[in-house]
Amino acid sequence: MIPALIVIAYLAVVVYIGVFAFRSARGKEEVEEYFLASRSIGPFVFLMSLFGTNMTAFAILGSSGHAFNNGIVTYGLMASASGLVIPLTIFLIGTRVWALGKRHGFITPVQLFRDRWETSHVGTVVFAVQAVLLVPYIIIGVMGGGTTLSTVSGGLVPYWLGGAIVALVVMTYVFFGGMRGTAFVNTFQTILFLLFGALAVAVIGYGMGGFKASAEALLASPGAYLLTRERISPWYFLSYTFIPLSAIAFPHITMFCLTARRMAQFRKTVVFYPLCIMAIWLPCVFLGVMANRATDIPEIKDKIEARRTLAVEGKTLSAEQRDELRARMDGDDVLLLLLERYAPLWLAGLLGAGIMAAVMATDSQILALSTMFAEDVFTHYGHKERFGAHVQVQTGRAFVVLLTLVAYAIAMNAPESIFSLAIQYAFTGFASLSPLLVAALFWRGSTKWGALASTLWVAAAVTAVAAFQAAVPAPPPGPPVVVAKLFGLDLLARTPGGTAVLGFMPVVPMVLVSGLLMAVVSRLTPKPSPQTLARYFGP
Amino acid sequence: MTHRGPARLDRRNRLKRSLLILAVVAVYALHQDLWFWRTARPLVFGFLPIGLAYHAGFSVLAALLMWLLVSRAWPDHLERADRKDAGDGA
Repeated sequence: MIPALIVIAYLAVVVYIGVFAFRSARGKEEVEEYFLASRSIGPFVFLMSLFGTNMTAFAILGSSGHAFNNGIVTYGLMASASGLVIPLTIFLIGTRVWALGKRHGFITPVQLFRDRWETSHVGTVVFAVQAVLLVPYIIIGVMGGGTTLSTVSGGLVPYWLGGAIVALVVMTYVFFGGMRGTAFVNTFQTILFLLFGALAVAVIGYGMGGFKASAEALLASPGAYLLTRERISPWYFLSYTFIPLSAIAFPHITMFCLTARRMAQFRKTVVFYPLCIMAIWLPCVFLGVMANRATDIPEIKDKIEARRTLAVEGKTLSAEQRDELRARMDGDDVLLLLLERYAPLWLAGLLGAGIMAAVMATDSQILALSTMFAEDVFTHYGHKERFGAHVQVQTGRAFVVLLTLVAYAIAMNAPESIFSLAIQYAFTGFASLSPLLVAALFWRGSTKWGALASTLWVAAAVTAVAAFQAAVPAPPPGPPVVVAKLFGLDLLARTPGGTAVLGFMPVVPMVLVSGLLMAVVSRLTPKPSPQTLARYFGP
Repeated sequence: MTHRGPARLDRRNRLKRSLLILAVVAVYALHQDLWFWRTARPLVFGFLPIGLAYHAGFSVLAALLMWLLVSRAWPDHLERADRKDAGDGA
């Protein structure tokens, strides 16, 4: 119960920060203050909050879970590639979005697209696709909150209550604090996680008898492959470098770029981002791999047995049996199990609060969606003129409440695996939407029709991949199931972890085709007026 | 001299831009480290498999690359435009 009490105390602090932000915002222009913190976030909060916004439940719990089953490749796939691509996109795209937002008063990316391409309805299509791709994040955040609170309390706080508490806390500080509250809370949470992450490594390492002994023992065991990448295709590894393109295309990240007081604040963020990623992901991945030595924990032993059964007997089992084994070997809770086993009670509570911090990064998505609704739908279709700025902000707040309630209802009634998959599609989808930003900011010749073609392609391709994976069951570990061939090459295949197109993850052809459609359709369709082009690119 | 000055500056800028793009491509290529693909040894510091230690080092290299970009190719014109707009507004 002590860890649960510490976590609940932590949640109270988080609510206080949100309400404090609400008080400090009084007297400022209401709309820009609520949705963008009056474009006044300072350098330290900007770095910590932008980074914290990317550290979701999926990133923290998912990274150690992925490393538990796949080994050290997780860091190269998800962390080091992100450490290069994300700051690069912030440097190239984020700074330009900030400058345009400041000059033209944009609050959402759709406002930028509408203005840049002189369009209304194409912007609405982009809004709809972004919103559909963003919702699973919010649901998985509520689920992560329920799981974490239930685990750190040893089951005393049931899953439904844990999810409700987390949803209520996030809703409260987003409702009152808006972007400023979210940024302050994210900063607090990131600092907490950075501090306690280091502590977690030390405590768990000591508990396991030292990492040197654990690493040597793992090398001498059948699980030695987890310390190499011998079972991963280099093409798959290369494909993954396309996924971080999604970061800048996520509306909450694009919008956060607009909150900086000065452009100089991007400098430190860009330089320190790869190091922050390393500080959090290296311990998570390493601990996830080393969890394979913690067979004295019954739950971990069961996961390893399920993985072994799937590898050895997978071909003789039915698709349902394989899915059941995959659910059993899921490693998203290994970090929590290690803490429970090796950390003293009070420390497990603090570390649980740190993990809770990551789980609650869903606040940014809730705020982003409510901002998008208030700006891209409510204001765009004329309601601001009718009801005024105050009603616009209240609409955004009402949307925060509605969204949280819907997310909670779905989270309590649907299996988590569905939304974990949906998040994977979301990463792929947003990465494939990145050509829109690139074209809007760097290419005079881009048009609204090019943007529409790219967006519709992304929506169709994400749906097709989801339908394909639902129709063709995942094979056991080993060679993929080839569904279509072209000139002797595996055109389309179902792999144990997803889909492969010519050996690449779907994100590669999706990004390339999205960019190609933008280029070809834009060349064939009329350009925006010279006046608009002059505002963006000069005469 | 007055005629050659801007042309030389332009050439220097183009060279600088090409070198920076080359640096980004080179770092991106270094991410695909096939040379440590199938081995865990040596264990750096006695516990970190070489493949993981390499990518930790890669993160530091990425930070250095970002520092290079920020210090050599910062889009000053965007900031200047913002200050000019603010000045015009005032």
